[in-house]
Amino acid sequence: MTAVASIEIKAAPAQEYLLRIGDTCLIHAQRLAEWSGHAPILEEDIALTNLALDLVGQARALLTHAGAALGYDEDQLAFLRDERDFRNATLVELPSRKGGRDFADLALRNFVLAAWLNVLWAKLEASSDAEVAAIAGKAVKEARYHVAHAAEWVVRLGDGTDESARRMARAVERTWPYLAELFEDDAVDEAAERAGLGPRRSALRADWAALVEPVLADARLAVPEAGQFRSTGMRGVHSEHFGYVLAEMQVLQRSYPGGVW
Amino acid sequence: MVSPSRAEYGAPSPEGTAGRLGAARRSARPDDRARVEQAWRVLQDVLDPEVPAISVTDLGIVRDVIAHEDAMEVVVTPTYSGCPATEVIAQSISEAIDAAGLGPARITQRRAPAWTTDWITPEGRDKLRRYGIAPPGACASEPASAKVAPIRLMARHVPCPRCGSEQTERLAAFGSTACKALYRCVSCREPFEHFKPI
Repeated sequence: MTAVASIEIKAAPAQEYLLRIGDTCLIHAQRLAEWSGHAPILEEDIALTNLALDLVGQARALLTHAGAALGYDEDQLAFLRDERDFRNATLVELPSRKGGRDFADLALRNFVLAAWLNVLWAKLEASSDAEVAAIAGKAVKEARYHVAHAAEWVVRLGDGTDESARRMARAVERTWPYLAELFEDDAVDEAAERAGLGPRRSALRADWAALVEPVLADARLAVPEAGQFRSTGMRGVHSEHFGYVLAEMQVLQRSYPGGVW
Repeated sequence: MVSPSRAEYGAPSPEGTAGRLGAARRSARPDDRARVEQAWRVLQDVLDPEVPAISVTDLGIVRDVIAHEDAMEVVVTPTYSGCPATEVIAQSISEAIDAAGLGPARITQRRAPAWTTDWITPEGRDKLRRYGIAPPGACASEPASAKVAPIRLMARHVPCPRCGSEQTERLAAFGSTACKALYRCVSCREPFEHFKPI
């Protein structure tokens, strides 16, 4: 058993842009998979793993496409990068079953992310990169179903019992500080927009709010005021939780390089 | 995997366009048309491994069959981004084409335009129903704006595939495969699966 060395990524803005989306899908799926066998009901157990399956498929397509320009395949990108080379939003790497977080956090995270991805995929269908447009054309339909499913849980818990409402309100407080990152631009967004590759993040906010706000209102959940905190996962600077996610996700390929089923 | 460009998915007819591999490598054998037709017939018996009641042509995932000098190319499109059956389907198609003496088979993927359940044939829908799976309703009439869903509203008129009753209810949004949801009939009390429209 020989551990393999990590790969290092020197991504141009276009690949950086695609890795942000692909890594967000991948790490969100990895956290969802932790719920397999632990969801409150069997049907939701199956739902969460189905969501993860779609997200892994979307991540595979994007990592394959970005990797072609970087000289790596999807598996090398997923299993051999170190923390700093991942570009996922910080929100998806946060624990969802530990540290005081519970199913309410997961349901809300699923909802806000599915809505974000739904809006993003819809805009990416017009990408100047034909492969990205094709991936988006498939993914937008899947994300739409995810939004509908996750919204049902947000309303059921937010407008449910006193206990479920209390937990969902706490989930909103814990989740909201990490959303700013999903809607603020940097040079990568500007380059993507100029090239016609995809929208800048700030261009997603209005459509996202139109999806999310009516559901929060139905769920009787108040949105916290914007704070100063900014997460930086999409720039490669992650939370203290992320190393553990990668350790679990990568251990097999690190220990048994090239191992297959 | 071949990455199709948006300009390339015009004519589905194998005779219609040169195809992305270029006219030079396309076969010019006189019996090509017959071989392509035979390949389509062979594909009618290649079953979806996860819904073994219908074939890949019933499902509408075979987008093109092209005769080349050195291979018979079958162009397929994935149903769901993460569908685990994709690789098994490619292998089954390859084996069937080879077994019919039409090979060697070459399977390529075409992602766009994205597969929709509207491409499931009428025969495919009958086969699903007989198998106990409620076929999907149409989604072609939906406006493009519906791709970003408003809020948790989805059409839920799914007749029972066993007794035909409209009195059904959803048990779970997701089922045994990515493409299905779980329902039950309030009239005949039987549970059944519904092929989700996408």
